Amino acid sequence: MIDGLPIEISNLETIPGKTIVAHYGVVNGSTVRAKNVGKDFLAGLRNIVGGELREYTELLNEARHDSVERMCKQAEQLGANAVVNVRFATSAVAAGAAELYVYGTAVRVE
Amino acid sequence: MPAEIEFALRVGIPILLVVVGFFSGSIFEKRHYASIERREKELRPIPVTNVREFDTAREIVASRLVMGSVVISVDAFKSMVGGLQSFFGGRVSSYETLVDRARREAVLRMMDEATGAHVLVNLRIETSAVGDPGESASSIEAVAYATAVEYRK
Repeated sequence: MIDGLPIEISNLETIPGKTIVAHYGVVNGSTVRAKNVGKDFLAGLRNIVGGELREYTELLNEARHDSVERMCKQAEQLGANAVVNVRFATSAVAAGAAELYVYGTAVRVE
Repeated sequence: MPAEIEFALRVGIPILLVVVGFFSGSIFEKRHYASIERREKELRPIPVTNVREFDTAREIVASRLVMGSVVISVDAFKSMVGGLQSFFGGRVSSYETLVDRARREAVLRMMDEATGAHVLVNLRIETSAVGDPGESASSIEAVAYATAVEYRK
């Protein structure tokens, strides 16, 4: 899912097999997504019969992917080639809208 | 007559939905658990841990962040039972299977992404309610992420 990124990311304190040579501080990315009416209707049906809401799984996945891309772009601009200690967070900001937030430390590894 | 029909619809439709939810919900859940258990057996050879250590003595070829997520909804029957259970307090068993299924499914999807990896370290699992704040949480999202490490053979 997180393929094709220009830089390496990890939720460890290091990139395994490499050493950190410079720190650039915290970088982050976020997106706020709202569900749409069509998807809401399908979700309404699913709330009766139960099971996976595929539309929402995809929606949130895409949003999270966008957040990661934004974070990586920010890190690249700082001159980093990796982001370590990456964390994800989700919060409901308004009715029907969710924020997907990702943050980490931009570093240069060798 | 219209008043009686209206009454029948008002009472009948919710009851119908709960009955439909009971049957379809238990079928979906049974199927989902069967699939979870089958895939967990298949993927067992790959170790997954939530510790941060990996074998530093071995040469590492590649590492990457892998992740998996799923949004699962309860059925009408379970949300009714859950509503009653949370009114009286105590254990809300109807939601327990929901979060269990979501977490295990998220971990499995994450492992599906980790093809070629020898170990998955620093596993993190997060759960959040999807839907409007204040509304009873009827669907939840589970996200699992970890660092996949590939050693030189």
